[in-house]
Amino acid sequence: MRFFILAFGLIFSNVGVCVGFEIEDQRIYPATNAAQVLKVLSTADIASFDPLIKEFQMQNTEVSVNYTVASSAQVMTAIYDENAAFDLVISSAMDLQTKLANDGYSQSFISNNTARLPNWAKWQDQLFAFTQEPAALVISDKAFEGLTIPTNREQLIELMRANPEVFEGRIGTYDVRTSGLGYLFATQDSRNTDSFWRLTEVMGRLKTELYCCSGAMIDGVYQGKLALAYNVLGSYAENRLAREGGITIVPMQDYLTVMMRTALIPKTAESPHVAGRMIDFLLDENTQTKLAQTTGFPPIFGQIADSQKALRPIRLGPGLLVFLDRLKRKAFVRNWESSILQK
Amino acid sequence: MKAIFGTPLITRGSMQRRLVIQLSLIAFLLSLLLFLIVRGVADRAASDTQDNILAASAISIADALYSEGGQVQLELPYSALSMLGTISEDRVFYRVNVDGTTLTGYDDLVVSARSDVSTQAEFSTFSYRGEPVRAVSVTRSVGSQSQRTLVQVVVAQTRLSLAQISYRITLWAVAIGVAFFLVATGLSLWAAHNALAPLNRVASAVTRRGPNDLRPVRAEAPAELAPLVSALNSFIVRLSASLARSEDFIAEAAHRVRTPLATVRTQAEVIHRSLQHSKNKSALREMIRAIDESSRSAGQLLDHAMVNFRADQFQAVDIDLRELVAETVERLSPTAELKDIAILVSDTGEDFAFSADPILLQNALRNVLDNAIKYSPPDSDILVKLFHDSNFHVISFHDQGRGFEGLNLENHFERFKRGTNVGDIVGSGLGLTIVNEVARAHGGHVKITSNKGEGACVSLFLPLA
Repeated sequence: MRFFILAFGLIFSNVGVCVGFEIEDQRIYPATNAAQVLKVLSTADIASFDPLIKEFQMQNTEVSVNYTVASSAQVMTAIYDENAAFDLVISSAMDLQTKLANDGYSQSFISNNTARLPNWAKWQDQLFAFTQEPAALVISDKAFEGLTIPTNREQLIELMRANPEVFEGRIGTYDVRTSGLGYLFATQDSRNTDSFWRLTEVMGRLKTELYCCSGAMIDGVYQGKLALAYNVLGSYAENRLAREGGITIVPMQDYLTVMMRTALIPKTAESPHVAGRMIDFLLDENTQTKLAQTTGFPPIFGQIADSQKALRPIRLGPGLLVFLDRLKRKAFVRNWESSILQK
Repeated sequence: MKAIFGTPLITRGSMQRRLVIQLSLIAFLLSLLLFLIVRGVADRAASDTQDNILAASAISIADALYSEGGQVQLELPYSALSMLGTISEDRVFYRVNVDGTTLTGYDDLVVSARSDVSTQAEFSTFSYRGEPVRAVSVTRSVGSQSQRTLVQVVVAQTRLSLAQISYRITLWAVAIGVAFFLVATGLSLWAAHNALAPLNRVASAVTRRGPNDLRPVRAEAPAELAPLVSALNSFIVRLSASLARSEDFIAEAAHRVRTPLATVRTQAEVIHRSLQHSKNKSALREMIRAIDESSRSAGQLLDHAMVNFRADQFQAVDIDLRELVAETVERLSPTAELKDIAILVSDTGEDFAFSADPILLQNALRNVLDNAIKYSPPDSDILVKLFHDSNFHVISFHDQGRGFEGLNLENHFERFKRGTNVGDIVGSGLGLTIVNEVARAHGGHVKITSNKGEGACVSLFLPLA
């Protein structure tokens, strides 16, 4: 893992030569009478996507699926810089997906199912959202014994300031330099609230641990290494919570950033029609109603939860390109580093 | 008369059709113009909207430029790009250019700009990454007085949604144009119909008239039709004068002929009585008979003229048809007795009160009965019946004569037409014409039925009440 992080860092800072994108995992789902191959490049781990692929193959017995997992930054490298031949790209980094579509790396797809999607869940008939997943604050029940659970970011700041002995070295959040999703959540936070930088500053002082992925952070909370994890993918946490207790997902009441997992068909796709069938499958009414149950991803059709009024969904569109701007990104990462690393 | 009415008119075109075609053509041209204007204005408005948002985006980027240690820096505002996504899903490209090198954005987005700083945003349309884009270029000078740097901000957006808007507008413009055309054509049909309505009104006022109605046309006509109507009226006046003249002439001629004929007949009677030779006597007898027929014809011509005159100036009084029939039968009984013909009158005992011109009606009854006697064989019966049939008083005369033959029954009502089986009996052919005209003057009609060998039946139908 450390090697990957290092490699991402090198590629993102454009120091290293192009060595090809890094993959994290790969699995081939052969079909009994394989006539077509669907090559999927995704940020979602195999475990969570496995039931979907199997279900898809039951409906399309002649398609063998080649499922490759990579980080969102590596997905960008693969498609944007290397023109790697994938048929479908699924990513949680909406901004990078939008940039791919905006800069002409994807192709259009129109079907009955995509037509059913509300306008805010698709862009240009090239980018299709099929889940909506909130960013959550996950806390360890043990660590929070005797403490008031914060319901908004101001209270969270107050709490951390007042109890440095509880939180020192026991806060986890995304490393925005390596995680595309972490960068997206952080930049959206910076837009949504003025207290974001104060929060980062406080987290920095308490020697926050930086992570690449939600799974690792939730692991940390479970192992007692972390008292809280900020901006974790709620769907992952819910999955774990369903299996074993001991953590609480705190519904923030000031606002709740909601990310949509999106799929696009790259220009370089070798079998775009099969990719289209996969998109249709993902958006299918049947798949959507079972989605939360089979994968833990909240479906794009439907409410997340009635109690959570302050939903702040990230809008697809050119606005997402702003934080990908060279100067903007440099300035943001510089600010963030100075806050979180206290240097 | 029939021949004139039957002649097909030679028509050339239709005023209504010409009017409608011309108005429709005008409506079509106006619709086309409307379509082009709507499309043009709306297209212009849509592309102006895009231009305005592009300019606002570029200016907000330019406003965020600042200089730090001699270096131009940019804090790209979130709204600068997000505002471009609010109205469309078009792809967005931008580039910030300092002294010919890219500060940030898309390196290959090159737009030539005037070197001078202008507050004006410059727009251009070109193809970028395989798609047409609309680009705006704003130039700013950044930095202190001593070290000014010219910075060019370019923001470009594809025109997909503009094409969509344009397509939608075109559909709307077509719909508006078609709707306008249909409404205008409908209205022009209505207008043409309305404009020509007075013409139809005058025409139908003339068509509705009876054959003897030669009064001037009084239908309301617009000024444009006044010459036509007055020409028609003056023609009618001349026609009726000429008709009256010829009727007068005929009546005068009949009258002039009848008086000398009476003298001739008297003289012939005197000579007949003095003659001894039976051969000469019978020749003279023939002569007297011919004179009788001529005199009778002249009488009928006079009757006809009288009927025409009275029918034109119809004045009705209340009479009892039963009395009128009895009177007529009584008057003709002597003639019938000469041939040993019995006239049998019967009625149903109902009420036969009728409003009529008694002289006209008596004349008609006399003509029918006279005919019946004339064509009946000696020693036969004539049945006269009075009864009611639905809405009519009916007076029927049934004889045992030879019936009507060889002629369409309708033709009996035309002047001087006679059946083919009456060559041996002298007649004018005016009798039934008179009867028919009298019946029509009273709002009734005449019906003739004829069965060969069973005699003829002439029925006079006069409306009840």
